[in-house]
Amino acid sequence: MKSVFLLEAFSVACFVLLNQVTAKNSEDIRCKCICPPYRDIEGQIYKQNVSLKDCNCLHVVEPMPVDGKDVEAYCLRCECKFEERSSATIKVTIIMYLSILGLLLLYMVYLTLLEPMLKRRLFGHSQLIQSDDDVGQPFANAHNVLSHSHSRPNMLNKVEHAQQRWRRQVQEQRKSVFDRHVVLS
Amino acid sequence: EWGHTRTFNTIDWVREKSKDRDRHREIANKSRQSTVALLHSVSDAFSGWLLMLLVGLMSGALAGGIDIAAHWLTDMKEGLCLVGFWFNHEHCCWTSNETTFQERDRCPQWQSWAEIMTGTSEVLWLRGGALAYFVNYLMFLVWALLFALLAVTLVRAFAPYACGSGIPEIKTILSGFIIRGYLGKWTLIIKTITLVLAVSSGLSLGKEGPLVHVACCCANILCHLFTKYRKNEAKRREVLSAAAAVGVSVAFGAPIGGVLFSLEEVSYYFPLKTLWRSFFAALVAAFTLRSINPFGNSRLVLFYVEFHAPWHLVELGPFILLGIFGGLWGALFIRANIAWCRIRKSTRLGHYPVTEVLVVTALTGMLAYPNSYTRMGGAELISELFNDCSLLDSSQLCGYKQSNSTSGAGVGNGLADRPAGVGLYAALWQLALALVFKMMITVITFGMKVPSGLFIPSMAVGAIAGRLLGVGMEQLAYYNHDSAIFRGWCSPGADCITPGLYAMVGAAACLGGVTRMTVSLVVIMFELTGGLEYIVPLMAATMTSKWVADAFGREGIYEAHIRLNGYPFLEPKEEFQHSSLTADVMRPRRSDPPLAVLTQEGMTVEEVEALVESTHYSGFPVVVSQDSHRLVGFVLRRDLLISIDNARKRQEGVVGASQVVFTEHSPAPADDAPPPLRLRGIVDLSPFTVTDHTPMDITVDIFRKLGLRQCLVTHNGKLLGIITKKDILKHMANDCQQRPRLHPLQL
Repeated sequence: MKSVFLLEAFSVACFVLLNQVTAKNSEDIRCKCICPPYRDIEGQIYKQNVSLKDCNCLHVVEPMPVDGKDVEAYCLRCECKFEERSSATIKVTIIMYLSILGLLLLYMVYLTLLEPMLKRRLFGHSQLIQSDDDVGQPFANAHNVLSHSHSRPNMLNKVEHAQQRWRRQVQEQRKSVFDRHVVLS
Repeated sequence: EWGHTRTFNTIDWVREKSKDRDRHREIANKSRQSTVALLHSVSDAFSGWLLMLLVGLMSGALAGGIDIAAHWLTDMKEGLCLVGFWFNHEHCCWTSNETTFQERDRCPQWQSWAEIMTGTSEVLWLRGGALAYFVNYLMFLVWALLFALLAVTLVRAFAPYACGSGIPEIKTILSGFIIRGYLGKWTLIIKTITLVLAVSSGLSLGKEGPLVHVACCCANILCHLFTKYRKNEAKRREVLSAAAAVGVSVAFGAPIGGVLFSLEEVSYYFPLKTLWRSFFAALVAAFTLRSINPFGNSRLVLFYVEFHAPWHLVELGPFILLGIFGGLWGALFIRANIAWCRIRKSTRLGHYPVTEVLVVTALTGMLAYPNSYTRMGGAELISELFNDCSLLDSSQLCGYKQSNSTSGAGVGNGLADRPAGVGLYAALWQLALALVFKMMITVITFGMKVPSGLFIPSMAVGAIAGRLLGVGMEQLAYYNHDSAIFRGWCSPGADCITPGLYAMVGAAACLGGVTRMTVSLVVIMFELTGGLEYIVPLMAATMTSKWVADAFGREGIYEAHIRLNGYPFLEPKEEFQHSSLTADVMRPRRSDPPLAVLTQEGMTVEEVEALVESTHYSGFPVVVSQDSHRLVGFVLRRDLLISIDNARKRQEGVVGASQVVFTEHSPAPADDAPPPLRLRGIVDLSPFTVTDHTPMDITVDIFRKLGLRQCLVTHNGKLLGIITKKDILKHMANDCQQRPRLHPLQL
C-alpha cells in the first residue's frame, strides 16, 4: 500500500514538472491585439504567433488599416497581450479523464450486471440467498462469496477478500447516506 | 441511543498529544547516541514539511486537472471542436483569425450541435435558425441530463460519501471525530470525477467546497506514508487543517485567504505552527496550479480583476445597502435550504435521489438556456459582471450609447460615464430574471447527492445584484450630475462610478451572509483584485451583511447543516440558557445501574472480562475498593481487552482465575494460586476530574479547551460518576430552546 501511494505521488509530481520541460509547440504561443473602433474603422482582433519581444501593435496588426500619421493614435488604443498555453497538457488531461471515467463506468456495469450472472453460473441458484432490499443494488452478494473462496490460491483469495470488505463498506456508507439519512442530509 | 455511535468515534486529544510528545522526546534523546539516530531525528523533523510539499503538489495537480476537464465538458454541451475534440470553445478558436470584434467566439473550427447535426446555424435566422435553436436547446438538455445521471450513479455505486459539499463533515472531523471512509481513496477518485460532471451539467453549484474535500482526502492518503502522522490522530488533524487551506487556495488562487478560511471556518484547534505550514502548502499548490496553466494565460482564477478606479465616500451608502441585501439573502437562503433538506431527509423525496437530481437538472437546464446569463457557467458570469467596461469590450453589458467625442478618453481602463443604450437595457432585464432564477434554484440544488459547492452561486447572486445597483447608480449620476450628492465629485465626462466594483462588493456581501466569513472573505476578495483600494468598501459590506444575517440566526450554512444532520460537534460559541451543575448531566443518573468500576486488586480475569463484555462503555475507572470509591485511574476498554488477550496467549499460567492487579506492588500469591496479571502499565493514572458542583459552563469549557473525551466526577474526593462528550452534546441539544427540531428518536 505504501509503495503504491509513493508511486502515485511521484507520478503526479513528475507530470507537473514534465509540463514545464517539454518542448513548446509553436502554435501554443500567440500575441492577441484588440483594437477598438476608430473613426470609421470597425473594431478588430489580430492574432499572430510571435514571441514576447515582438508582441506589440506594430508587429501584429497587419495590414495596418490607417495611414502613416494615424498609426500612433490607432496603436495607442490597441491592447496587446502575450498568451501561451500547453495543448499537450490539455490533451493528456482530457484523455486521462475520459479513460478513468470509462474504466469506472465499465467497472460499475461489471459489478451490477455481469458479476451476479457469473457467480450464479458458477455456484448455482440455490447457494445465493439475497435479502429483499439488496436486490438490484450493486454488491448484493458481498457476504455470500466469502464462503466460497477457500479453494482458490492465496493471491486471488486476498484480492477477493479485499474486494468483499470494500463492498461491505460501500454498502454501509450507502445505507447511512441514502437510506437512513444520518450523514450528508 | 445516540444514532451515530457506529459512524462517529471521538479522539482523545490529550492522550494523542502526550503520545506524540513522548515519541519526540525519545527520538531527541536517542539522537545524541549515534549518527544514524541523529539523521533519523532530522528526517522526523523534516517529514512535516515534506508532507506539506506533497499535499500541495497533489492538490494543485488535481485542481488543475479538474479545471481543464470542467471547462471542456461544459463546452461539450454546446458544440464540438473539429480540429481536436479535447479543446474547449476558447482553445479551439485560439489560433483562428476569423474571430471578429463583435463575435469573439465564433470560428469555423468550432461547431454547435445544430451545425454538426443538421447543418443549420442560429446566425442565419431565416434559413433554419429556429430549427438550429431548438436542436441546440435539446442537445444542451440531453448532455446536461447525461452528465448528471453519470455523476449520481457513480456516487451511489462507489462512494456515497462523495456527495454534498464536504465542509460540514470536515469541520466535524477536525473537531475530534472520526468518520471512517470519509477521506479515503475511493471518495477522492469519485469526488474528483463526479465534481467535473456535476459542474458541467449546468447545475447551480460551484466547486470550492468539494475542492476542500479533495485536498483533505489527498492529505489523509499521503499521511499514510509517514509514521508520525499515520499513527497519531491529533497530528493528522494538523495536516488536515493545512489541507483545507490548500483547497481554498487552489479554488480562488488566494493562498492567504485559504489559510484564514481554514483558521476561521474549518479548524477547531489551530496552533501557530500549523499557520506557517498551511501557508507553505497553499503556496506550493497555487504554484503547481499556475504551472499547469488551466486558463492559458498564467492566471490562477477566472475572475481576476484589473481595474483600480477610485471610489468616493458617498458610495459607502450603496455598499452598505448591498451589505444589507447580502445579509437578508444569507438568512433567507439558510432557512429555505435547511427546510428543503429536512423535507428531503424525512419524506419520500429522500428515497429517489437519482430522480431528484435528474428533475432538478432538467428544470435548471430548461429555465437557464433561454437567458444567456444563466446559460454561461457561474464563474464566467461572475467574471463578466466584475469586468469594467472599456472601449475594448463589445458585450451586451457594455452596450452604452457611444459618445460623440473620440478624444483620448480611451486611454487606460476608465471611460466616462455614459447613458445606457439598447444593449444595456436588454442586459439589465435579463440579469434581473437571472437573479430571481438563481436565488430560487440554488436553494434546491445545494445538498443534493452530487458534489456541490456554494461559493460560486452565492457570489453570482451578489454580483448580479451589485451590478444592477452599480448601473443604476451610474445612470443616476449621469442624469443628475447637478444634484447635491453628485456635484462635488462626479462631473460629466469623468469616470466616477464603476459598476464592476459594485458587483464585487455585492458578491462579497452575499457570500458573507451565507457563510458568515469575515476576515477570510475580505482577504480572498482583495487577493482576487490585487488592490488595497477596495478593502474599505468590502469590509463595510461584509460587516453589515454579517450583522444583518446574525440578527436572524446565529449560524452560518455549515453550522446549520451540522445541526441538521445531528453531527456530534461541540460548537465553540454555544452558551447554555439555563445554568446547571455537572451532577445533573453526569452518568449514572438516578435510574441507571451503578457505575461500572474496576477495583485495583481483588478482581479475577473472568470477572473483568464479564464486566467488560456486559457493557459497551469505552473505558472504566479504577478505584481502591468497592467500599471506598477513591479514584486510582482510568483504563480504556480496548487496552484492557488487548492486554488480557495477549496475556492469555503469551504469559504462562494466566487463566480465568488469575487475579488482575492494578497496583504497583502486589502481595505474593498463595502457592496454589495462578500468577497474577499486572496491568498497571495500561492505567492512565492522571484522569481529569471535576467535582459534582462544578457548573456545566466550566465543564463544557474544559472539554472544549482540552479536547477531552470523558471526565470523571468526584464528590468529597470519592468517585461519583463519569461525564462524556456525548452526554454534553445531548444535554446541549436538550437545553437550548431554539432546537425544537431534534428528532425524539435521536435522543
